[in-house]
Amino acid sequence: MKMMGELTKGFFKENPIFVIMLGMCPTLATSTSMSNAVGMGIAATFVLVCSNILISILRKIIPNTIRIPCYIVVIAAFVTIVDLSMKAWFPELSKSLGIFIPLIVVNCIILGRAEAFAGKNGIIASTLDGIGMGIGFTMALLLLAFIRELTGTGKLFNIVILPENYFNPALIMILPPGAFLVLGSLMALFAWLRLRKEKA
Amino acid sequence: MDFGKLIVISIGAVFINNYIFSRFLGICPFVGVSKKLDSATGMGFAVIFVMSLASAVCYALNTYLLVPLKLEFLQTLLFILVIAALVQFVEMVIAKISPSLYTALGIYLPLITTNCAVLGVAVLNVNEKFTFIESLVNGFMGGIGFTMALLLMSGLRERYETADIPKPFQGFPITFVTAASMGLAFMGFAGLSF
Repeated sequence: MKMMGELTKGFFKENPIFVIMLGMCPTLATSTSMSNAVGMGIAATFVLVCSNILISILRKIIPNTIRIPCYIVVIAAFVTIVDLSMKAWFPELSKSLGIFIPLIVVNCIILGRAEAFAGKNGIIASTLDGIGMGIGFTMALLLLAFIRELTGTGKLFNIVILPENYFNPALIMILPPGAFLVLGSLMALFAWLRLRKEKA
Repeated sequence: MDFGKLIVISIGAVFINNYIFSRFLGICPFVGVSKKLDSATGMGFAVIFVMSLASAVCYALNTYLLVPLKLEFLQTLLFILVIAALVQFVEMVIAKISPSLYTALGIYLPLITTNCAVLGVAVLNVNEKFTFIESLVNGFMGGIGFTMALLLMSGLRERYETADIPKPFQGFPITFVTAASMGLAFMGFAGLSF
């Protein structure tokens, strides 16, 4: 039962984007379309789970004073694996995500979970934590991408949902300012819901 | 030396492809440190310094070590280690030669390791196949663009302290909405691109 908690806490209660506010840069940059968001979410989740597992295995061997450099090396190794495999099997996706694949290394969610969780907990709990946080991150990305792609192009996964004769796409939503606007408004929405719950 | 290209790179890095408003690099320090004008200034100068140094060192290591040895796949790993070591080194040197600068920049330096703008500029320099001077200019001007955005934002956020903002919007949400309207203004610079 406690293990289930480790898995599900990343979905809503400790959602990395909307509650802990980590990993903003890839969230804003890769939520231009649903397919980019899925690609980024899977890549980050893979790195998060693998690095959580390895760091949790090595947590008794890594000396405390140099733990951060060790974590970064572990994370960078998995990011390199993702980068090369994506270039080989999904060249299109790799091109549209661009430098944000190598930048998963400095995604604060991954280092944050290594420091706050995997370095202190067992392998199974760390794996579940990684999966949960990864899913939470992916869900937040998908939510943002859903709003931005639908309003910005009238499409989802490149399939036309709103035909152009009924709906005039607002191009600004898939440009950088749209990303800031949607993320800011969603944060305000969640804060409003939280405030209302507290009052009730 | 092609000065025209250097000017194009500089204007591109500061205005057209501003690291915050159009590349989305370094958002975490941008929202985290932009609360007060003086801490934003400290962070900005530390970033300019580290970004220029990181561009130069990563360029040299990539061209003279990784490419001849055909180890390009180690780029990400090497760059992040170099940046982490560089930040540590800069911190030690500044503490030794200028304690007053150290007290001003001190707490911001360790934060820079996880600033994606620094790793981003190193990776971009390689992707764009810049020469040494071009990489250096790109790093320095990228830092200037970052600092400018940070200072503009902190100036606005100091005003928010006295403004009457709806409760759900207080804190981060209003910062992002402001960034959206600033980003709109920065999109006007896109007309400058050649």
